[in-house]
Amino acid sequence: MVIEASAREKPSFVVIDAIVHKHNVEAGAVIPVLQEIQETYGYVPPVAIQRIAENMNVPASEVFGIVTFYAQFRLQPLGKNLIKVCHGTACHLCGTETVAERLSQVTGAKEGETSQDGMFTVERVACLGCCSLAPCIMVNGETYGRLTPEAIDKIVNEIRKKEAKEVPAPVG
Amino acid sequence: MSWARDKSWLIKVGLASCGIAAGGRKVYDALSTQLGARGLDVKLKQTGCMGMCYNEVLVEVLSPQKERIFYGKVTPEKVERIISEHIIGGKPVTEWVIPEEEINSFLAKQTRIVLRNCGIIDPESIDDYLAADGYQAIDQILRSMSPQEVVSEVTNSGLRGRGGAGFPTGIKWGFARKSADRQKYIICNADEGDPGAFMDRSVLESDPHSVIEGMLIAGYAVGASEGYIYVRAEYPLAIQRLEIALAQAREAGFIGESILGYNFDFDIKIRQGAGAFVCGEETALIMSIEGRRGMPRFRPPFPAQSGLWGKPTTINNVETLANVPWIILHGADAYNIYGTEKSKGTKVFALAGKVAHGGLIEVPMGITLREIVFDIGGGTSTGLEFKAIQIGGPSGGVIPASLADTRVDYESVTETGAIMGSGGLIVMDESSCVVDVTKFFLNFTQAESCGKCTFCRVGTLRMLEILQRITEGNGKEGDIELLEELAQNVKRASLCGLGQTAPNPVLTTVKYFRDEYEAHIYEKKCPAKKCPALITYEIIPEKCPGCGLCTKYCPTGAISGEKKKPYVIDNEKCIRCGLCMKVCRLDAVSVH
Repeated sequence: MVIEASAREKPSFVVIDAIVHKHNVEAGAVIPVLQEIQETYGYVPPVAIQRIAENMNVPASEVFGIVTFYAQFRLQPLGKNLIKVCHGTACHLCGTETVAERLSQVTGAKEGETSQDGMFTVERVACLGCCSLAPCIMVNGETYGRLTPEAIDKIVNEIRKKEAKEVPAPVG
Repeated sequence: MSWARDKSWLIKVGLASCGIAAGGRKVYDALSTQLGARGLDVKLKQTGCMGMCYNEVLVEVLSPQKERIFYGKVTPEKVERIISEHIIGGKPVTEWVIPEEEINSFLAKQTRIVLRNCGIIDPESIDDYLAADGYQAIDQILRSMSPQEVVSEVTNSGLRGRGGAGFPTGIKWGFARKSADRQKYIICNADEGDPGAFMDRSVLESDPHSVIEGMLIAGYAVGASEGYIYVRAEYPLAIQRLEIALAQAREAGFIGESILGYNFDFDIKIRQGAGAFVCGEETALIMSIEGRRGMPRFRPPFPAQSGLWGKPTTINNVETLANVPWIILHGADAYNIYGTEKSKGTKVFALAGKVAHGGLIEVPMGITLREIVFDIGGGTSTGLEFKAIQIGGPSGGVIPASLADTRVDYESVTETGAIMGSGGLIVMDESSCVVDVTKFFLNFTQAESCGKCTFCRVGTLRMLEILQRITEGNGKEGDIELLEELAQNVKRASLCGLGQTAPNPVLTTVKYFRDEYEAHIYEKKCPAKKCPALITYEIIPEKCPGCGLCTKYCPTGAISGEKKKPYVIDNEKCIRCGLCMKVCRLDAVSVH
């Protein structure tokens, strides 16, 4: 998902509480709550962990333990565009390492990092499930396959062009 | 289906994740726009995975005279001619048509039971599912079968768990049925985490109702009224199509209270995984739904006695459940004529890697690996020699080409040292290094180890370190023996399937490819020319025109030269990333 401008705002307790109450009707709802919070802000703000703990009557250490156990959750804000690089078996055999190298060159972000200009976050995933089109990446939820270094250049340049066209939203 | 009686044209576009990744939505939109602009009477439908993934984007065209043509590798630019020459002009664009022999050789040895509707119906249409005998099985059961009869039918079919463990499904249901507890659960394990496996994803994206109906039947048989589908978050399209299907099923009265007017309630919720491979293991999955860290629990007690929130729980894989409605409608005996003595029925495989015709296939148990790789798969995609097949994902193993006549069934595969696993089949050719592949899998399982068991947590790391040293040219005497010893110990001292099977890639590759390990250790050579530390890249002067293209891609500036003169790679700066070889249009880069 492309994070909207509102997500870059400071995490609000009103929003967090609403998410908790929405899911708290079910048992074991900590994970769905964290997932929706990350969906909203692009990451799990540290202040949210304490707030969730209070609202759901669960020790903060336990919530923190869940956030750090599951690879999906990030504690740092995302760049504007999220790119997931597939490191599955088929992709590995078909040259993902080479493609990933080019990607980090043109975005300025190594795997697990966000680029200096805040445009890209590159993450490593184990498998996107599109093995026949190896090597694959997922950009903002859309999958691209049969990648070559040239194709990577094209995808990243298109994103840069689009971002340059959009008027930056005022930081609220 | 009603549209079969129509006199108009029907065009279907394959829109599961592979099709969409290959540009399917743009092709669909181009068709929609151009057909609309010309006011043609053509039905345009989306469908799921047609199976021939190597030929995406796939478009099926059915004429009013019932002639069926498949176009492969379709792009939006090709749509214009397809419409004007084929639809309007009546002549298919033969250069883009997939030849019938190719389709036949891909399908001839397949038996599509689980995939019966995939690539045929629109996964977002419950009417399509109903027209394909959808929800007839649950209707038949509610009308005329007792829960015990359902359990017996499934047991007699010989269906075994398709997630990898291969436990007889009917017997598993029987255990939960026996529990006296009034509250029971059905869980569909859609946490398909094996890299290289996409069977479950395809079924969920292409025929979600079949899984819902399977859960309903399981619920009735076992006595459960609530179900969960635990899907990986990395499958957004599968989640979306499941949500649509659940809403449709609920509205039509197939889920909820008093289903079809009978005294049977069943509701289904979706829970998303959060990126932990270990949560594909049933007890870890249960912990995750309970909102905890996904660490496996001791068994006994088994989930059938004490599972989700301590209640009797039956967990089944997506593929297992998708088989069930078909088995009920056609009978156990119609299913168990397929397969071998102990492995009945069919298995869905995700054929990928260095194979010419990769995709989603379903074959009767007992077919040989050779038939899959060559008859269905068309051999290697590179033309290089077939070397081995990796089966079962990170829990499986590597079976060498010399054993290509191994029958694919649970027992035969286990005899080779590998396991069948969930269905990932990766073809390797001579350019694949088995030590590198083993390191790749250990890297994965080590990162995914939950940490509970010392041997898994530390042992996989030590094995990985040894493999890293070997691939970096620092292997030493005794490394292979140490790997084997660690592997055996990790297997014995791990609580769950992750640790118990993580050493399998090591054990099978050492068994069958010991010489490749020895080449890395003693000769510091990688025969497949894959391991970066053991290879060098060189530009062939006779072939290099000095265009400088490679320098634009080299990350370390290791390539230099003057325009129109052969360029040179500085081996000190070169990090062996292989980009130069990939982008060179004249094959002027070689690897040693």
